[in-house]
Amino acid sequence: MSSNSQQDQVSALSSSTAANVQTLPEHIFEIVSDSGEGAQKCGQSFGAVSAKMGNGAWTVEIIPAEIQPPPRSPGGASGVRIRIGTEKITNWGNKTKLVIAFNEQVLLARHRQDAIADDATILLENMWEEHDDPTIRQQWADAMEELSSKNYNIMKVPMEVECLKIVDNPRRGKNMYALGLMSWIYTRDVEKVKAQIAMQFRHKSQDVYERNVRLLEAGMKWAEENMSFQIDVPCKEVTEELVVMNGNTAIGMGAVVAGLEMCSMYPITPATSVSHYLSEIYDDLGGIVHQAEDEIAAIGVAIGASFAGKVAFTVTSGPGMALKTEFIGLAVMTETPLVIVDVQRGGPSTGLPTKVEQSDLLSTLYGMPGDAPKVVLAPSTLEECFHCMVTARRIAEAFRMVVVVLTDANLATGVQPFVRPELDAGWHAPELDLSPVAEGAKPMDWDPETGLSPRIVPGQKGGEFTATGLAHSQSSCVTYDPALNQHSSEMRSRKLAVLQSTLSPPEVCGPDSNDLLLVGWGSTRGAIEEAAEKARAKGLGVSSLNLTFLSPLEPGITEILKRFKKVMAIEINYSDDPDAPYITEENRRRGQLTTLLRATTLVDIDCWTRVLGQPLSPGDIIDVIEKKLSEETKA
Amino acid sequence: MSSPCSILECGTTDDRHFEMDDYAGTVARWCPGCGDHAILTAVHRLLANGQMKPENTVFVSGIGCSSRFPHYVETYGFHGIHGRALPIATGVKLSRPELDVFVTMGDGDCCSIGAGHWIHAIRYNIDMTVLLLDNNIYGLTKKQTSPTTPQGLITNTQTKGSFLPPLDPLQTTLGVTNASFVAQTADWMPSHLAATLQAAKEHKGFSFVRILQRCPVFTPDVFTDAIKDPDVTDLLTHDDGIHDATAERIYKSHLFHDPSDITEARRLAEGDRTRVGLFFRDESFPRYEDLRAVPKRTPEEKIAFINAELDRHAV
Repeated sequence: MSSNSQQDQVSALSSSTAANVQTLPEHIFEIVSDSGEGAQKCGQSFGAVSAKMGNGAWTVEIIPAEIQPPPRSPGGASGVRIRIGTEKITNWGNKTKLVIAFNEQVLLARHRQDAIADDATILLENMWEEHDDPTIRQQWADAMEELSSKNYNIMKVPMEVECLKIVDNPRRGKNMYALGLMSWIYTRDVEKVKAQIAMQFRHKSQDVYERNVRLLEAGMKWAEENMSFQIDVPCKEVTEELVVMNGNTAIGMGAVVAGLEMCSMYPITPATSVSHYLSEIYDDLGGIVHQAEDEIAAIGVAIGASFAGKVAFTVTSGPGMALKTEFIGLAVMTETPLVIVDVQRGGPSTGLPTKVEQSDLLSTLYGMPGDAPKVVLAPSTLEECFHCMVTARRIAEAFRMVVVVLTDANLATGVQPFVRPELDAGWHAPELDLSPVAEGAKPMDWDPETGLSPRIVPGQKGGEFTATGLAHSQSSCVTYDPALNQHSSEMRSRKLAVLQSTLSPPEVCGPDSNDLLLVGWGSTRGAIEEAAEKARAKGLGVSSLNLTFLSPLEPGITEILKRFKKVMAIEINYSDDPDAPYITEENRRRGQLTTLLRATTLVDIDCWTRVLGQPLSPGDIIDVIEKKLSEETKA
Repeated sequence: MSSPCSILECGTTDDRHFEMDDYAGTVARWCPGCGDHAILTAVHRLLANGQMKPENTVFVSGIGCSSRFPHYVETYGFHGIHGRALPIATGVKLSRPELDVFVTMGDGDCCSIGAGHWIHAIRYNIDMTVLLLDNNIYGLTKKQTSPTTPQGLITNTQTKGSFLPPLDPLQTTLGVTNASFVAQTADWMPSHLAATLQAAKEHKGFSFVRILQRCPVFTPDVFTDAIKDPDVTDLLTHDDGIHDATAERIYKSHLFHDPSDITEARRLAEGDRTRVGLFFRDESFPRYEDLRAVPKRTPEEKIAFINAELDRHAV
């Protein structure tokens, strides 16, 4: 299933320094616990420390959908995967090589999801093995039996016992002990770890800080006395200034520097944390996070604010997008600038609320009554999450359009260091211009060539008009005139073509023409590019293409696709397996970008998509590449 | 366009004078005899009386006969979607508190599809004047039962007569936390309508006025008794209430009601009698836009702040 190249590299480089320190180009590990035991916090701290030391890092949260699922249940597994490397890391990789688990049930969850490498080392809390409760003892024994199908190296760690020496309630502390284990195993700079703890508990007392440091040191001590190996993933000197945060925080910061002054939202996973971050800082910055009474009101308030002159934005996820549909149409029809961030999750319906999917593309483009052209952007990295907010605000305002930013749960909660943005006051929205409008100026004064028209806002003398969702004239007066309806539809649509004319063709990653082109969008970029690169290293003719603009598509795509013998889109959404019963070339339902590109370019694009509720792994994509290329030789 | 002028400047150097006609938008296309015409005239008069600057006034509506209102007023306007006038108005006022915001809705718009927004807008208590033009029926879609349709009235969707007793918008509004201004008037009481609108506009907060409104086509008879016989209407009077000498002369049944008494207001809203006047007013209630007032920051200030945030997230 996974590529062997990584393991080859590992063996070539291992045991190069001290006897018990393995030097590796990268490593993947996970920490899993019951919900509420702080595994995610611990993992994020570790990721930040690693980035600060000069490692590439990527962290992905493992999130249960419930706040307090029953303890010791596989369904309640909560935690984080961390992949660190000497080079930049862009995705969560393949299987984990080390796991710290707070009980055997959450470990089982990861085992059953085939997330753990066969030879992985597992540090498992040992308190359950001889627990007073016979049911728990039996569960432990059953779990050991099940886990024995793999060659895991399971080490039992007395986490509870050790933590009890320092704190009364190890549920609040075990994560720091685990951080200590990891810090020793991965030869982290202890001072940097302590500094991270200090920052994490900066609002708490010195006492709390010191207690957590004692837990950290206890973890390190146990590891030192009991572990037979350490792992050194060499760090590179940090030459550029880097910052580390998750995608939702990046979106919040990007919104501020873009000059967006209102985030009108309704709570929905996994989008809400954008508003959590903004709520901490926005008031002081002249911004408002308005938590509306429902998803519909959230966008309505944003549209009202934008109509009144300030571009506002709303953040939501799939079910919220569905509810906002009618209002999106109104914004399109009234040419009210608006930015919508859709942090995609698994669907349809409530689906997989905390898990990644890329299934909102077609509904965003076409999922509403009437023709409602809008701009759709998909950031593919955390850095792009930051910058896309500036781009989105500018386009929304200049083109008087709805701009939808499609991110996903992977970007939302993933943490990765990226180059610190050099902020520019020019990114900010212009001051509200309330000067009187010129005599005869019209609110929908479409340039017949481009469809563009200057925006008039309340406060401007002589510009009074009524925006309306009904068909309307250049003066925004209701009209049922057939020719005018044709014309206004044309004008709203033309703006997309005009925007496209300002874009550059997308850049192919790898050779410009080749046997196979992988096409993707959004958060899968890192995994796709890594897979293509590794495949090229094996001598396979694979390139990849990431699309940032989904509407309008970047220009020149057809020409690019035609330079490749085969084209395959890789997406996290549903498509029929071509070999499944009843499925034919004609009735096969394909991935969403696949469908869009086939319709637009008339190129026969195949697809490989999955809806496993998790990011794609490079290893799986390499398998797809190999299969696709071998098909070609058969043909 | 020339350099941006500040709101303050726009407000002061102004020697314009506005007549009622100056506020007339496109020609109203309601049916002859529709109560909306009288309400529109009253609103034009209200704007002229206040010499309200057209550029700083915004009328927001949803969908329905009454929601055509903004098109007929020469100010800024937003004719939105069904039931959603209040969120749009909330956005306008939150981002531009200096604008004067009016909302017109029908009974289907406000009390049915938009009922959720209605309840929450009352609670936000944002300073806006909200007119419920209540004709007890869906007019634009041709005679379907609305939440305020009298029980038993035959409509196109409830052909044996509307099943349920009607929802009372006054009782609902008065039941919501933070309701700060609740009044009722009628399109056939022009001077009382004008006085009520004036009081509503002057109120700092969410002023909710239910206007009983005739639909000559689909509900020609629902208000007949009230129109023909002044004695079936109770006029709420008080020093702090709505003052209209004409109505006080015509409508003999006066109920002395202190509009600061919410318990009595709720009691008066119940029952079969038509009661007009000011039910409740309290300007001390918190207004959401005041609670959410934020300082103005320059792009440079924001950049300095975000740079500090980036320091916090620095590697």
